[in-house]
Amino acid sequence: MIDGFLALYIFMLAAFTGYEIIARVPVILHTPLMSGSNFIHGIVLVGAMIALGHAQTPVEIAIGCLGVLLGAGNAAGGYVVTERMLEMFKSSKPAAGKEAK
Amino acid sequence: MAWLPIVIKACYFLAALLFILGLKRMSSPRTARGGIVWAGVGMLVAVIATFALPDMHNRGLILAAVLIGVAAAWWSGRRVAMTAMPQMVALYNGMGGGAAAAIGAAELFSYAGAAVTLLDGGEFTASGTATPGTAQLALAVLGALIGSVSFSGSLIAFAKLQGWLDKRFVFPGQRAVNMLVLAGAVVLGAMIASGQLSMPLIVAFFVLALAFGLMMTLPIGGADMPVVISLYNAFTGLAVAFEGFVLQNEAMIIAGTVVGAAGTLLTQLMAKAMNRSIGNVLFGSFGAAAGEAQAIGGSQKPIEASDAAVMMAYAERVVIVPGYGMAGAQA
Repeated sequence: MIDGFLALYIFMLAAFTGYEIIARVPVILHTPLMSGSNFIHGIVLVGAMIALGHAQTPVEIAIGCLGVLLGAGNAAGGYVVTERMLEMFKSSKPAAGKEAK
Repeated sequence: MAWLPIVIKACYFLAALLFILGLKRMSSPRTARGGIVWAGVGMLVAVIATFALPDMHNRGLILAAVLIGVAAAWWSGRRVAMTAMPQMVALYNGMGGGAAAAIGAAELFSYAGAAVTLLDGGEFTASGTATPGTAQLALAVLGALIGSVSFSGSLIAFAKLQGWLDKRFVFPGQRAVNMLVLAGAVVLGAMIASGQLSMPLIVAFFVLALAFGLMMTLPIGGADMPVVISLYNAFTGLAVAFEGFVLQNEAMIIAGTVVGAAGTLLTQLMAKAMNRSIGNVLFGSFGAAAGEAQAIGGSQKPIEASDAAVMMAYAERVVIVPGYGMAGAQA
């Protein structure tokens, strides 16, 4: 499916994407962005679900359950915290707030 | 149902696209609030698609664990005070690292179980993970190592910011001990990756990896924690990407790599905003208590014209005090 070099290409392109997105970002957004990217790696939840879905022995099931619990915490917590941080960027000027809603 | 795998793949593609677009929107103050919603939709799509994967067992257990995890984190994230946000980010980040490590552990254990079955002469019944290649093992081990370090390190960062741990643990030769622990974890990891899949070896590997994260973070003061959390955030992203390669899940690979790269750059930017280098933050360990170091963090901040403009645009009130700098310096 994804063999060696194709994987490397995906890795390289995604890394450049991440780098380019963050370049030239105002200081005031550092913490919300850290929190936002923290939410995005909550996608680990999907992997944990797959691991638990394939688990067979009790040990694997226990580890998988732990993984899903932690991953779900990462995703949900990351979302709530980021949303609350960005809530503070609600502009007082109605003109600027039109696409922020 | 030949169309189902294609739909699931399309969902993962959509999720990856939404993550990247969401992150892009989050990097501008004007569109930031929309960005998190976009990324949230992507996450929802990916999770629902995963439930629909055809060869999954334990579906009830998965659903229960997801609901419990989401409910607990949602509740704690809602009711925590605004000033306690940084440690919550650390906590949730640690959870992500722990989840990545757990995936690595589950995969390694299932490989180990399969290997034992073969040695016993029994038939090969392990799930779909028949013969892991060296590259797959190495990536599982690497992801588990980085995820474990991020997990224990983030928990220490959380405890420090929460005020549960206000002592710094410094002893002579600490750096050498830390490096030894890391070297031990790497050697054990290399042994596992070369095919020595024994349970004690895997357990020892995880213990050492977790210990390294713990010991690396303990000497760092509270004021430097945001930079450290950002670094662990990048670590977790990388760990997620590696486990994504192991599980052959494109959404994990792309989201994890993007976060890994963005987090690394963000860490550099944050360290620069504090007039420090990352090496200095990680290994400097000077400045006595957390309270004392805080004064350093707030006082000297170089600022560019565009940053000043953004801050003023979103400030509720701007007060211009002529002569404040002179008065503050008691000149």
